[in-house]
Amino acid sequence: MIDVGHFFILGILLFSIGIVGMISRRNIFVMYMSVELMLNAINLILVALSHHYEDLNAQVMAIMIIAIAAAEASIFLALFVMLFKNARSLDANFFTLLKQEKHHDEL
Amino acid sequence: MMSSSLLGWIIASVFFSSVFIMLINLYSKYNDDIPQRVYTLLGLGGPFVSLFLSFLLIYEHLYKGINFYYKAFIWLDLEGFRVDASLILDPLAAAMLSFVSLVGFIIHLYAHAYMKEDPSYARFFAWFNLFMASMFLLILSDNPFMLFTGWEGVGLCSYLLISFYFQSEENIEAGNKAFILNRIGDFGFISGLALLFLQVGNAGLDFASLEANIHLIPHSTLNLIAFLLFVGAMGKSAQIPLYVWLPDAMAGPTPVSALIHAATMVTAGVYMVARFNFIYAITEEVGLLIAYIGALSALLGALIAMRQDDIKKILAYSTMSQLGYMFMAVGLGAYSYGIFHVFTHAFFKALLFMGAGAIILALHHEQNIKNMGALKEKMPFVFVMMLIATLSISGLPPFSGFFSKDAILNHLFASGNYLIFAMALFTAGLTSYYMFRLLVIVFISPSSKDHQLLPQAKLIQFTLLVLSIGALFAGFINLPVFFGGDEEYSLWINLPDIRFHLSHSNELLLLISNVAVSLAGIYFALSHYMSSSKDPSLGVLDKPIEHKFYIDEIYYAIFVKPLAWLSVFIVRVIDEKIIDAFIHTVSSGYQRFSYYTDSVQNGNVRYYALYMSVAIVCIFVYLGVS
Repeated sequence: MIDVGHFFILGILLFSIGIVGMISRRNIFVMYMSVELMLNAINLILVALSHHYEDLNAQVMAIMIIAIAAAEASIFLALFVMLFKNARSLDANFFTLLKQEKHHDEL
Repeated sequence: MMSSSLLGWIIASVFFSSVFIMLINLYSKYNDDIPQRVYTLLGLGGPFVSLFLSFLLIYEHLYKGINFYYKAFIWLDLEGFRVDASLILDPLAAAMLSFVSLVGFIIHLYAHAYMKEDPSYARFFAWFNLFMASMFLLILSDNPFMLFTGWEGVGLCSYLLISFYFQSEENIEAGNKAFILNRIGDFGFISGLALLFLQVGNAGLDFASLEANIHLIPHSTLNLIAFLLFVGAMGKSAQIPLYVWLPDAMAGPTPVSALIHAATMVTAGVYMVARFNFIYAITEEVGLLIAYIGALSALLGALIAMRQDDIKKILAYSTMSQLGYMFMAVGLGAYSYGIFHVFTHAFFKALLFMGAGAIILALHHEQNIKNMGALKEKMPFVFVMMLIATLSISGLPPFSGFFSKDAILNHLFASGNYLIFAMALFTAGLTSYYMFRLLVIVFISPSSKDHQLLPQAKLIQFTLLVLSIGALFAGFINLPVFFGGDEEYSLWINLPDIRFHLSHSNELLLLISNVAVSLAGIYFALSHYMSSSKDPSLGVLDKPIEHKFYIDEIYYAIFVKPLAWLSVFIVRVIDEKIIDAFIHTVSSGYQRFSYYTDSVQNGNVRYYALYMSVAIVCIFVYLGVS
């Protein structure tokens, strides 16, 4: 019989795949897909718990997350298009604007 | 009935004229077509209004015999501690006010002529008037707090005016010296005031309440208070050991020396002691100390003045010497004689300084008397004026200085302090010696130089003439019984003088000895200097006197040098080696640390996600373990 524990394991697996994908892949598209994977892993766990406790609140939350993720997707896609237009690349290693230049004076 | 709020206007008129001059002068920086007339009008108008009001009120005071009292506002009102901004015109204040406003105004006139060509004319009059306001406040105040405010005000103006020509380093140093030495005195003064208020402050802080409650203070504490207050007077009135600023203060323009460092400000210490007569009357030990310090200062000042060559410095040392007489008088309980000498001194000393200023101006700012000589024919008017003032300060009858100095000397003798009397008498001889040395060298001794004199302003001659009348006749207002008077001035001032009775024959003997000593001084000066301006040798005393007894050098070695060393030590060692080193270690440590750690911040979002995951895992592991 499949119980809530199996859903948990599946959710954790999906989430871990998402994290590893987020960290290890350089293509921004794939990173975004990993993020979505993590969100959906959470959704899965929420729905499973909702079924287990017979409480609809969690399902409402899951639907909210899906809706917001959909909205995000459109923004992200637009961003990616702009990024590609400007930089002709979607390599995450290429975008290091947050990096601070090293100061070598005084040392 | 005159409104007593006019008392406030005596101060306010000079104060506001000072403020207006400052503002207009500030405005002229952007718009420089302000004619000098404006400043003249304000700068002389303010003191004139004060003079007018002063004499109006003094006349009323004499005529009706009432004290004016004016409470402007409550200055401080804390629990059990209330200070009114109140002014009083009692006989003592009136006595001071009379000559401060009169001599002050005359010197303002003189200063107008003296400073006419100066580019900083406006700045000069702004401060000169501010000085007058502070001095009036000092005189008229009804409580020690207001007195102290005026006291500090005159100190400030003195500092500003000494370093008036601030382009020269020397003048700035002279200003600083005056300010710092006065600060030492003020420290004593304010400590004394604080102690006084701790003891009887609750019962009111005006002079009348203090006087009424003075018996509540234990005698030893009262001695300390009296001494501390006198420390303030030492600073302001240039007595040993805080006198060294006065000769250097001659760096300022000559009208400043005449007004501040001779006629008015330096007498504030004497006035303060007379004002606190209710304390000094019952602390005889401190009074004796004051008298001794006065005697020593008088003697030292006179000795140093014998060999100075700068005309203004001679007069500065003579001021110190004359202030010594005043302190001898007030120290031994002759407050009215002390104030009387302040009064006469204001006239003849201002006259001396202004005469000196006229000579300095005529000789293109030459101050060394050895470079003058034979000026009698060229400046006969100034010669006569200086002669009057010199005879007056030498204490020859019937000039004003004679009456005040003779009164003091008689009192010293009668009080039985023969040592002080002997010092004072000897100083009187020295005084006439060094004053005639100055006079003879400047006006009579042959000179190798042929001076091209600048013409004299009529205004300067007029002011000299007015003051010479004071120097001639001011003494007659306190004619002693011996000469058929009844000491009206002393009676009017109405201070608790200690009176000693001298027999007629004693008084005659004293009179003869005083005059004889002065004449002896004059004789020696004339015999030495008529033919040549070279100083005769005094044997072993030559060197110390010439070097002013090395006092400046000693102070330099004891106070200035160690302080300089200490500050160098603090800068070089404590600041650089300890504090800076510590801060540098810390800041460079942060830099080094960041150098090794900032590779973490590589701008790559993937890495940030990794750090986050690792951190979250760590937190969960920690929570799971604990």
